Amino acid sequence: MKVSLFATCLTNALYPDVDLTMAKILKHLGHSVDVPEGQVCCGQIAFNSGYVDDAREVARTLIDAFERSEVVVGPSGSCIAMIHHYYPTLFEKEPSYLKKAEDLIHKSYEFTQFVVDVLKKPDLGAQYKAKATYHPSCHATRLLGIGEAPLKLLQHVKGLELLPLPEAQLCCGFGGTFSVKMPKISEAMVAEKAQHVLDSGADILLGLDMGCLMNISGYLEKINKPVKTMHIIQLLGEGMKS
Amino acid sequence: MTMYNQTTDERVDKALANSFLRQATRRATDRLRNNKYKASAELGNWEEWRAAGEAIRKNVISNLDYYLNQLIEQMEKRGVHVHLAKTPADAVTVVRNIVSEHNAKNVLKSKSMISEEIHLNHALEEDGIDVVETDLGEYIIQIAGEPPSHIIVPAMHKTRQQVADLFEPIAGHALSSDTPTLTRFVRTQMREKFLRGDIGITGCNFAVASTGSIVMVTNEGNGRMVSTLPRVQITLMGMERIVPSFRELDILLNLLARSATGQRFSSYTTILTPPKNTADPDGPEEYHLVILDHNRSEILGDKLFRSSLNCIRCGACFNVCPVYRQLGGHAYGSVYSGPIGSVITPLLEKDWKKWGHLPYFSSLCGACSEACPVRIPLHDLLVKLRMRKTQSGHTPQVERQIFKAYRYFFTREKTLRRALRLGAHLQRPFVRNQRITGGPPPLSNWTNSRTLPMVAPKPFMQLWADLKNKR
Repeated sequence: MKVSLFATCLTNALYPDVDLTMAKILKHLGHSVDVPEGQVCCGQIAFNSGYVDDAREVARTLIDAFERSEVVVGPSGSCIAMIHHYYPTLFEKEPSYLKKAEDLIHKSYEFTQFVVDVLKKPDLGAQYKAKATYHPSCHATRLLGIGEAPLKLLQHVKGLELLPLPEAQLCCGFGGTFSVKMPKISEAMVAEKAQHVLDSGADILLGLDMGCLMNISGYLEKINKPVKTMHIIQLLGEGMKS
Repeated sequence: MTMYNQTTDERVDKALANSFLRQATRRATDRLRNNKYKASAELGNWEEWRAAGEAIRKNVISNLDYYLNQLIEQMEKRGVHVHLAKTPADAVTVVRNIVSEHNAKNVLKSKSMISEEIHLNHALEEDGIDVVETDLGEYIIQIAGEPPSHIIVPAMHKTRQQVADLFEPIAGHALSSDTPTLTRFVRTQMREKFLRGDIGITGCNFAVASTGSIVMVTNEGNGRMVSTLPRVQITLMGMERIVPSFRELDILLNLLARSATGQRFSSYTTILTPPKNTADPDGPEEYHLVILDHNRSEILGDKLFRSSLNCIRCGACFNVCPVYRQLGGHAYGSVYSGPIGSVITPLLEKDWKKWGHLPYFSSLCGACSEACPVRIPLHDLLVKLRMRKTQSGHTPQVERQIFKAYRYFFTREKTLRRALRLGAHLQRPFVRNQRITGGPPPLSNWTNSRTLPMVAPKPFMQLWADLKNKR
């Protein structure tokens, strides 16, 4: 299969290794990988802040970039959820782009969803000896309905002990611009999430959205609690090296 | 009601600093939420129930004029006085007039969010009327002089000890803070007040259009006392609180009780088809129904927000909201708090200056939409409110500039690459141990409580292009 990567703006700028590792894993699975030029962002940050016109232009750029792709895969439940959940309303008054948006919706997947549900490869032969817990990000879970896929990937990692995260369904307080627009409320939320992570007894916190992980790890670092935070892709990448 | 004079920041700070409130809120919402999970799961097909509930509410709201007419016709036919109040002030005037016509001194109330919405107690107290809230939670916050912090559990933010302290001056001696003692105390107080009531004021959970009946659910039975003992009764309802017939009522009562408290049925479901029949041993002889609009007609005509009228006021969205969990209700500043309050308050009150913060009291995690028994897409409505606020020019100039810049750079990948390279240089003064630990606002809003990773020396798009060139 020819897979086009959606690098997502956050990982592109702050965590390029996540995108790079995603490319390596997909190649390892025997697929050809390309990264269409011109792609930047799904537009969620503007859309969720109420700046719909700005969001639409950013979304249009993304749609154009992937117009000729067969399959689009991104390392974020939230960005893919933006496309699936909101693009239809974003382009409801533009039939030509609405059609293109629907094409993109049909061919785009969050990484774990793609590997487990489409490629049917839950076992990547990875090994990683650690105690880990998993935070199910809100948009991946509630908007995309991703439940089992990331867990299946993790259950196949040899040596990895998966511990339950108390109150896992609670939002970590990131919420994109929410974290800087309502910083105190956001801090109270991430403080509770961090406590649950510590209570889980895990050495590593895993997730499938760097936004949430950046928030939780940033807080854990600030309070000097040494819980390592990794995207599932990063853990798989490390585990597949050995 | 001091909280109305505070700024949003002050209210948030106050709530976050109050560990009693936060602990009480967390404990109570956890309990309600878990009860709801059990009560909805035992039906086996909760999603079908939700879909049915949504369909019923949609039908009512789409045909509200028809059902309202039917309700009013049924009521008036039997001699009920129906009052249509366009504004909260109109509704208050109607009630004031009824009270003064009857020269009433003692008014009994059962729980009514509409009475909170129109600030009725305050107005009646100004007239020198003795208004008594007979719902335990409402009684507590009435004594405390506070608005409700939850639409179902108005005194959720109070611990038992705080309640005991509040009762002490009334009792004239210290009360132990165990639940039986406290409820027994209130019960004795209430008995006497019930017998003295001149007028009873109740809320309305549903009004059945086909029969002209008022349905009230309570767990203390106080609603029954308020609606049977006084000779005159006033029921307050929002104009959307209608159900076509008893067939739909059955479904909505299930959804309401299970979602609100996790009960299969509320302890008391009172159905009144007023006024009293000559054959009835008790019940009010004179009955007034006040139907409040307060911009609901406008919401009805607004395609984007019409679904907010589908709400059955169960409070399930409060109990799963991670923002409400941290703050409780008072930090919102509004009568209706929680996710549904953040949606309807700006629509009802139409004042962005005062209520423009509410749509941002959400991380958009979607837990509210998932919990709603009639499937209102609450977090989507919050986004739409932000859109409405932005489009009507009520967002800060700086914010608008930021998004203009965002649009410019995030539609030009190559330009963004250069900007990121510049960012990688500019971040240097703020970097400690590979992390950004400080910076100017709005960045400081992040770094005050969290570290931020560095902008990578090369963004992925550049890394990939370099790799491709090497091959």
